[in-house]
Amino acid sequence: MTDTLERPANALNVVGTRPVRPDGADKVTGRATYGADLTMAGMLTGRILRSPHPHARIVSIDTRKAKALAGVKAVVTGADFPSVDSDEAMGGEGGGSIRDLARNVIARDKALYDGHAVAAVAATSPEIAEEALSLISVKYEVLPHVIDVEAAMAPDAPVLHADMFTAGLPTKPDKASNIAQAHESKRGDIAAGFASADVIVEDRYVTAATHQGYIEPHACVASLSADGQGMVWCSSQGQFMVRTYCAKVLGMEASDIRVIPAEIGGGFGGKTTVYLEPIALALSRIAGAPVKMVMTRDEVFRASGPTSGSVMEVKLGATKDGKIVAADVVLKFQAGAFPGSPVGAAVMTTLACYDIPNFRIVGYDVVGNSPKVAAYRAPGAPIAAFAVESAVDELADKLGLDPFKIREVNAVRDGVQASYGPTYRNIGYVETLEAARKHPNLLAKLGPNQGRGVAAGFWFNIGGESTASVNINDDGTAVVASGNPDIGGSRASMAMMAAEVLGLPVEKVRPIVADTASIGYSMLTGGSRTTFATGMAVTQAAQKIVEDLKRRAAQTWDVPVEQVEWMDGSAVCIDGAKRGQALSLADLAAKSGNTGGPIGAQVSLNAQGAGPGFGVHVCDVEVDPETGHVTVLRYTAAQDVGKAIHPSYVEGQIQGGVAQGVGWALNEEYIFDSAGRMENSGFLDYRMPVASDLPMIDTAMVEVPNPRHPFGAKGVGEVPIVPPLAAVANAVRDAIGKRITTLPLSPPRIRAAIDAK
Amino acid sequence: MSKTHVSATVNGDPVEFLTEPGTTLLDALRDNLGLTGSKEGCGSGDCGACSIIMDGRLVCSCLVLAVEAEGRRVETIEGVASGGDLHPLQRKFLEHAALQCGFCTPGVLVAAKALLEANADPSETEVRYWLAGNLCRCTGYDKIVRAVMDAAAEMRQARAA
Amino acid sequence: MARLDYVAPTRVEDAVAALAAAGSGARVLAGGTDLLVQLRSGRINPPVIVDLKRIAGATGIRAEGGGFVIGAATPNIALGENEGLVKAWPGLVEAANLIGSTQVQGRSTIAGNLCNASPAADSVPALIAARAVALVVGPNGRRKVPVEDIGVGPGQTSLAHGELVLEIALPARAPGSSDAYLRLIPRTEMDIAVVGAAANLTVNAAGVITEAHVALGAVAPTARLVPAAGAALVGTKLDESALEKLDAAARAACNPISDKRGTVEYRTKIAGVLARRAATIAYARAKERA
Repeated sequence: MTDTLERPANALNVVGTRPVRPDGADKVTGRATYGADLTMAGMLTGRILRSPHPHARIVSIDTRKAKALAGVKAVVTGADFPSVDSDEAMGGEGGGSIRDLARNVIARDKALYDGHAVAAVAATSPEIAEEALSLISVKYEVLPHVIDVEAAMAPDAPVLHADMFTAGLPTKPDKASNIAQAHESKRGDIAAGFASADVIVEDRYVTAATHQGYIEPHACVASLSADGQGMVWCSSQGQFMVRTYCAKVLGMEASDIRVIPAEIGGGFGGKTTVYLEPIALALSRIAGAPVKMVMTRDEVFRASGPTSGSVMEVKLGATKDGKIVAADVVLKFQAGAFPGSPVGAAVMTTLACYDIPNFRIVGYDVVGNSPKVAAYRAPGAPIAAFAVESAVDELADKLGLDPFKIREVNAVRDGVQASYGPTYRNIGYVETLEAARKHPNLLAKLGPNQGRGVAAGFWFNIGGESTASVNINDDGTAVVASGNPDIGGSRASMAMMAAEVLGLPVEKVRPIVADTASIGYSMLTGGSRTTFATGMAVTQAAQKIVEDLKRRAAQTWDVPVEQVEWMDGSAVCIDGAKRGQALSLADLAAKSGNTGGPIGAQVSLNAQGAGPGFGVHVCDVEVDPETGHVTVLRYTAAQDVGKAIHPSYVEGQIQGGVAQGVGWALNEEYIFDSAGRMENSGFLDYRMPVASDLPMIDTAMVEVPNPRHPFGAKGVGEVPIVPPLAAVANAVRDAIGKRITTLPLSPPRIRAAIDAK
Repeated sequence: MSKTHVSATVNGDPVEFLTEPGTTLLDALRDNLGLTGSKEGCGSGDCGACSIIMDGRLVCSCLVLAVEAEGRRVETIEGVASGGDLHPLQRKFLEHAALQCGFCTPGVLVAAKALLEANADPSETEVRYWLAGNLCRCTGYDKIVRAVMDAAAEMRQARAA
Repeated sequence: MARLDYVAPTRVEDAVAALAAAGSGARVLAGGTDLLVQLRSGRINPPVIVDLKRIAGATGIRAEGGGFVIGAATPNIALGENEGLVKAWPGLVEAANLIGSTQVQGRSTIAGNLCNASPAADSVPALIAARAVALVVGPNGRRKVPVEDIGVGPGQTSLAHGELVLEIALPARAPGSSDAYLRLIPRTEMDIAVVGAAANLTVNAAGVITEAHVALGAVAPTARLVPAAGAALVGTKLDESALEKLDAAARAACNPISDKRGTVEYRTKIAGVLARRAATIAYARAKERA
């Protein structure tokens, strides 16, 4: 249980400033080492053979020729991995079971998507490894496939898993289907609610699967020695997660695997699971040498989790004054080959910005023959928000209310019970609406073919388990170690919080991201938790050290500890015989042997009280009416951030989330051909925003502190991707006078909508 | 298997290595020369993470065969700083927080350096279009553009002084 | 996997000989921005790659016969650096400079763009509208081929075994002439054209169009000249009636496919839109030079 700690009463010296990040010099000189940058003695290259069929029974695999090729040191198939039966949840931000994770890592009896790993080799060169793959012959019995979510739900759809009977229904179905789970959330009486409404809007929304799009492909080096002990070097969002998953998939013990976090080239949720690591370990065990495995971009798209495509239905009813009195939402989300779409989270976030007395939200987790989905920044929330924020916009239009007004009338505030259960405390949604409404960008006048769209968004943000250790060096400088990979600048914030508490300049506090053998357990970097939870652990560790330093000073002066204060990096005697004397951290560190030994503290905690975040975005676009081409003219993102520990990196999180959301809205989508293969598995035709596609992204950081964090921080990384899909769609609606409810809003779709007027 | 011998100049230093004809310059830089600052993001010239400057031209090293580098002058991210002194672009990127995960950063810096060598006073639009071949998924490009323009201003001032 | 050979001759005769001696599938390398992508993806498996870049005269732009000759190994970015070329052929230069990123611009070539024969190649409609002529060198000697006769289908050229394009010649420019190229892409950069349209016009002192060539890309198996579109403009001052006829002629010439980049319906509509817009820009430029 975490205490609500006293927050520093004085003005802050470090927190809230913008120091240069401690890992910066290495990153701008190309010296920082990422997953694919490590070389080890005797290292082999590993490559994976992937199913070319979206759905097929694997009848047999003959690896003899591959094994016989000179230079090939190991070959594995699913048969070389233990059968994992645990239904234990994967945890993290993703969904699904360990059993499914193991079957996704390498296929067993069935290949379930084009790109599913079927076999793997390790060889002395990439060329030999490629040749070995071509020598593996796999006999497939091709089965009919299904990818579209509604087609997968149809009673006659090809069934992926014979043992899948929809969970969450009042009675268990007697027929297997592709619907893994149904979720439902209800309040009040929607029939009565709709009966009392003056205006009702109802529409159907469709989105395509999109990928997190991290620029660094998955990469690792694994080395398993003859004594069964191994190490994995990889870029991931959680070295402990990698250790746990590898251990479970391979039937190993956690202490036998040391996972060393490389720098990570983007994750956004997509690296909160494992793909290559268990295979690399298995190959390494057989080969007796380290094995490096790096995905190509094509493999990243075809064989690592995008997020769900969806079909959604939203019906809203409101009275003339703008009060929403009823909401009925159905969400159908693609899970890919195994259960675990973020539809459960989406059900919880769908109406989280609104205080609605009567609602029903139903969500379906549906499997299909596409890659197993992985978490993508506020998983599920952007998809549902696209539908709800579009519907609210329609409602506002029908009622003649401006988009801020309708949201303000229905806004959640402190003391309101959230649609997903808890009572809101210390939230800043209304303040964020105001900040967006008042932003100077909104004074810009719109010209012909231009439109403005407003949308809101919500994300829970989580706390969870973190460990941090702070140690004082013999010269009075400090090292902060934690177990969370730094995907957005968090290690700088860890150093800043420790420096603030210790009273040191931030350059004297150096942060590291430690490996699984060198620090206690930390839940992965995700859920916008690191600055909150790991920051809490860092702060508490630093505070413990301060208490210890006061005791040591008191011992040195031979005074009661109550006469000692810690001020600006020194112990100061404030009363009694030694009043006025001071001992700096360096002084105390130099003599630490006399006062009890090395100075340091480690804190493990399970952080509670994470504050949810709200964002309100305003997007201005211009649409070329003849071509349907959209130009984003202006973008304003207001967000309730609690307390911006390092404001530049909070702004950066907001701007990055906006860019991803704009890409999702305008051009990004998975396109499958009739054979169930992804047609656009590269950055040429999977169209993410480039520098010339975007304007400056203006941010307004609203600080309504979270009292349950020592500095008031709330998670910030995920909220900013939630509003943009609808902000852009609402802007296009404003520009062309017609609403499009299918994403992406590519030029042909917009031109067709204009022509259909 | 016999390989081809290549001699070139990389970051001002003479280098030699053996390579297969089908190997890219990116792989040769990373695997033969240990210069892992240039990254592979896509292998198809669509992301710019492998950007280098060859004989004064900004190119994607994943689209150049290593054998084509014979006798040529190559500049990579490892050569952007002057010894221990960061280039103004590098300093401004840190000052403006123009990087988050840092994976695209080497390519962006090399591309920006090439821009400022061709155009010392680019407009925001010119910066954005020049850098359109450098994908960044973390920053939304805002702080990158600001850092490049600020570095350009500092470099113009230094030249005028 | 067959072993790949690489040669970088300094004389064009040796390049031709290397191509002719190799089996089918031998490939010419200039910028490599298409070739390397195809090689890495396994789409092609050539026995030998013949690099043109060390052949004297293969790189560079020279004035000749009142026009320009562009060597096959000249990177596209160099076209935009040549003041004379930009002045005479702004449309061709802007087309070539739209191909890919700045990095791709530093390597890609119009000759490569032409011989790769993608229906959506950006420089080809502009080359066709410009009435450019390719110098083809092969085992049987040299021949001049109008650029629109090089591409015969997606990825297919009329070049015989052992032949390569050594340079591309642009004709002399009459006064009052200019060109323009536009393409539709979903983003602002980095995409393959969904539709490309090039217009090359000559106007007299009174502003009447005396010669007009309009070519479209990405709406047929090859980029192609649309004679009816050009004819619709000759004798006019690009009034609305001429533009409507141009639009209709452009649409009528379309034979596109529906693929992940655009549907038949959309491409056809946009062909008309871009033809109009390209003609309007070319007309304004041409009048300035009358």
